[in-house]
Amino acid sequence: MTSQVSSPAEQADEAVVGEQRKPAGTTKDVRRLDRVIIRFAGDSGDGMQLTGDRFTSETASFGNDLSTLPNFPAEIRAPAGTLPGVSSFQLHFADHDILTPGDAPNVLVAMNPAALKANIGDLPRGAEIIVNTDEFTKRAMQKVGYDTSPLEDGSLDGYSLHPVPLTTLTVEALKEFDLSRKEAERSKNMFALGLLSWMYHRPTEGTERFLKSKFAKKPDIAAANIAAYRAGWNFGETTEDFAVSYEIAPATKAFPVGTYRNISGNLALSYGLIAASRQADLPLYLGSYPITPASDILHELSRHKNFGVRTFQAEDEIAGIGAALGAAFGGSLAVTTTSGPGVALKSETIGLAVSLELPLLVIDIQRGGPSTGLPTKTEQADLLQAMYGRNGEAPVPVVAPCTPADCFDAALEAARIALTYRTPVMLLSDGYLANGSEPWRIPDLDELPDLTVQFAQGPNHTLDDGSEVFWPYKRDPQTLARPWAVPGTPGLEHRIGGIEKEDGSGNISYAPANHDFMVRTRQAKIDGIEVPDLEVDDPHEASTLVLGWGSTYGPITAAVRRLRTAGEAIAQAHLRHLNPFPSNLGAVLARYEKVVIPEMNLGQLATLVRAKYLVNAHSYNQVNGMPFKAEQLAKALKEAIDA
Amino acid sequence: MPETSPEGTGTIEALSLIPKATARQSMKDFKSDQEVRWCPGCGDYAILAAVQGFMPELGLAKENIVFVSGIGCSSRFPYYMNTYGMHSIHGRAPAIATGLATSRRDLSVWVVTGDGDALSIGGNHLIHALRRNVNLKILLFNNRIYGLTKGQYSPTSELGKITKSTPMGSLDAPFNPVSLALGAEASFVARTVDSDRKHLTQVLREAAAHQGTALIEIYQNCNIFNDGAFEVLKDKQQAEEAVIRLEHGQPIRFGGGGTSSSSEAESGGGPRGVVRDAATGDLKVVAVTPENESRILVHDAHSASPTTAFALSRLADPDTLHHTPIGVFRSVERPVYDTLMAEQLDTAIEQNGKGDLAALLAGGDTWTVVG
Repeated sequence: MTSQVSSPAEQADEAVVGEQRKPAGTTKDVRRLDRVIIRFAGDSGDGMQLTGDRFTSETASFGNDLSTLPNFPAEIRAPAGTLPGVSSFQLHFADHDILTPGDAPNVLVAMNPAALKANIGDLPRGAEIIVNTDEFTKRAMQKVGYDTSPLEDGSLDGYSLHPVPLTTLTVEALKEFDLSRKEAERSKNMFALGLLSWMYHRPTEGTERFLKSKFAKKPDIAAANIAAYRAGWNFGETTEDFAVSYEIAPATKAFPVGTYRNISGNLALSYGLIAASRQADLPLYLGSYPITPASDILHELSRHKNFGVRTFQAEDEIAGIGAALGAAFGGSLAVTTTSGPGVALKSETIGLAVSLELPLLVIDIQRGGPSTGLPTKTEQADLLQAMYGRNGEAPVPVVAPCTPADCFDAALEAARIALTYRTPVMLLSDGYLANGSEPWRIPDLDELPDLTVQFAQGPNHTLDDGSEVFWPYKRDPQTLARPWAVPGTPGLEHRIGGIEKEDGSGNISYAPANHDFMVRTRQAKIDGIEVPDLEVDDPHEASTLVLGWGSTYGPITAAVRRLRTAGEAIAQAHLRHLNPFPSNLGAVLARYEKVVIPEMNLGQLATLVRAKYLVNAHSYNQVNGMPFKAEQLAKALKEAIDA
Repeated sequence: MPETSPEGTGTIEALSLIPKATARQSMKDFKSDQEVRWCPGCGDYAILAAVQGFMPELGLAKENIVFVSGIGCSSRFPYYMNTYGMHSIHGRAPAIATGLATSRRDLSVWVVTGDGDALSIGGNHLIHALRRNVNLKILLFNNRIYGLTKGQYSPTSELGKITKSTPMGSLDAPFNPVSLALGAEASFVARTVDSDRKHLTQVLREAAAHQGTALIEIYQNCNIFNDGAFEVLKDKQQAEEAVIRLEHGQPIRFGGGGTSSSSEAESGGGPRGVVRDAATGDLKVVAVTPENESRILVHDAHSASPTTAFALSRLADPDTLHHTPIGVFRSVERPVYDTLMAEQLDTAIEQNGKGDLAALLAGGDTWTVVG
């Protein structure tokens, strides 16, 4: 941790925002850091995700920049005390602009031997480890292969170890409450949170308010959790083992002026969809089937029915998108949310939507594949499925957010394309973005794009005999979009379907030349979608370009910063639009001697780029279910520069 | 909302949200300009004519009527109706129609499907639409064969059926669509026959008036791949033996009025009726005699329990089709999904006010950065 200390200070000389519980006249040392990476780790049932979420909220309201990485097993309650059952939550926060949840924790909170064993490998020497000694029984240690106690055998000598009997202290703190020992023990995560909140001077009202509201119907439990939380705080304040606490100043300079909140990718995406519905003045309809890591969008949207949001939990993935497509035919802003396996099931309906040329958002929160794969881990290996995973020539626009907060804007952009061009659009988020969080500047509503659409109102074609008719496949000459004529509009009764349609009239047509024309026209419509040019960040006229897409933005940018700090020249560009590509992409690629494409797959964007632009793009890949680490990427990029 | 047409449906609650036609309609109004492309002699023609002939009776604005279909011969149906329509993908019509009906309560949404489309590839969507009780009218054309793929057995084909894909006979036990629908908690289940326009129309009438999902199984002749599958129900002479016409509130009987003579009773002919077997509780067909006439079951389509309707659906002999009930097996009121969904939206606004996006985005813990 000493390496992180930028300015050892005595007492803070300015009031700490939100700080309420710090007694005056404390004698303990306070040091100022510029950034810290904390990892909470415990059993799946220990409440580590909640603990991490609360610490994050405290940190966000304090005004630090932050980035989080929840990491948990697919099992809801894996066997207690085992390595596969370990759940962790990593939080990186700083007084400046940061991009990733951090490579290596400075502080590990290990609630049991399994949590220590599973995470110790990621810790640099000198890191602080807080362990719950109550859980380090012989049996629990043997379960994970510790023959001797790591707390006593010297194996942790290189670290700053804080042995704390968290369970005992929690139970002791709650003895006034009418709780069984087991019930009291459950609050040990709040004790740990209180201790860490003291160590890092986090504001506490938010957590106390949260606990009161979470357990509003069980005031005793709320009071017990708050008591455990305060006890943790007071323990840090009074015990000698914790001689130092740390301040990380708010990251005021990192952020443009505005009001901020912390937001996860799935929440930002949900809000983006509601915002798109408002901006389009169309009711939002979600057809979905529960699947990790996309279900939180279904949960969130189902809470906002007062925005006119309809959420339909279907019998399967196919019905989820089917209902959405039906609602799109009826004039809703229609959405289906899923992950990779669900996209596979929805493929035929996406093809129908391509053929019907109706607006539809298909949200894929990617996870490790193939098949069930790694449901709770991240990957970006659905790109080619999004691009090509359908029968026939069925082009679909693809957009990808690059950070958790960016999911809000990406949802609006996907809606813009779908509504303007009357097409299904694939939005590729992933587990890392979905569950990770960061500060988000709350936009003013008048900053949001205008997405209003015009439904067809009357005939659009004159037949040779002079009669006025409605042709459902007569296109807008600019966008090539067909009219959106919703049921209930008199005189526009028409039939559409998955069989090839005659250009213009939309009647069934098996004519060879017509099919050739329609296939090419559908492709031309997608190819012609207007997307912004790719921006390149290249302050030093580098000869190597690193090109990324989606959630690798944070690690790539952090790696690029490291390289530039070390005096290397490297250019960076990040794609939001995967289909169509920005029109200047070819020219950008041609400017560089070398192009490196890091991806959490085996080179899917690289495949597309090589095929389209005949560029010898160098692929750098990782498919271990985790985001790239900045240091590892920096090394790979340096090798590419030097190659 | 337009004026109610002379034959308006203002009194039918199930259609009360759907705008009415402003002028009197005729069958012609519901014929599209597309050439009908079913095989000559197909039972689908008769069903199309019956539906087109029935629609004006509802007096609904035809722009508020939508036909959604899957894949198969029957699923070409929407192309021939001059309403809004979607010919979708195999088996998925109930799912697509659910999205449409739940988002647009001002529409009358009809699903046209077949035995393969509804019961094989789309079985899951069918049962879930039925249990949810979405406001859909599902016309299931059952010809007991795959027609569009040229003659393979279907999930309603009889065991042992010789087809292109089963040269040694089908090994699949068939579904009984009415039994299946009742098991799936359907609130309205009926069966009719393509060639009996009057009966078909009456069943459509009752289905249209029903609130929630209505499933109508229509026995339909495929004259190319399974010709005569329902002939026993159509031939006047044979129908005496085969068809039991269900009418709510009427005794369930067939084979003529009155009671059987002793010779008729012995030979199994003459007037017969359905009684409950006291020993097993099941239903059975008996000759109607002066002694048992009062025990003939009176059909109650509105019974809260589906038990008797289910027993009726099992009466027919699967091989001979003798004792096949047609008509409305079950028609009960229960909460309609789209109504409940709309009510939740209203309740959410009552409780939380109309959604305020700025407030939503700014919810939770926030902090402000000043310049």
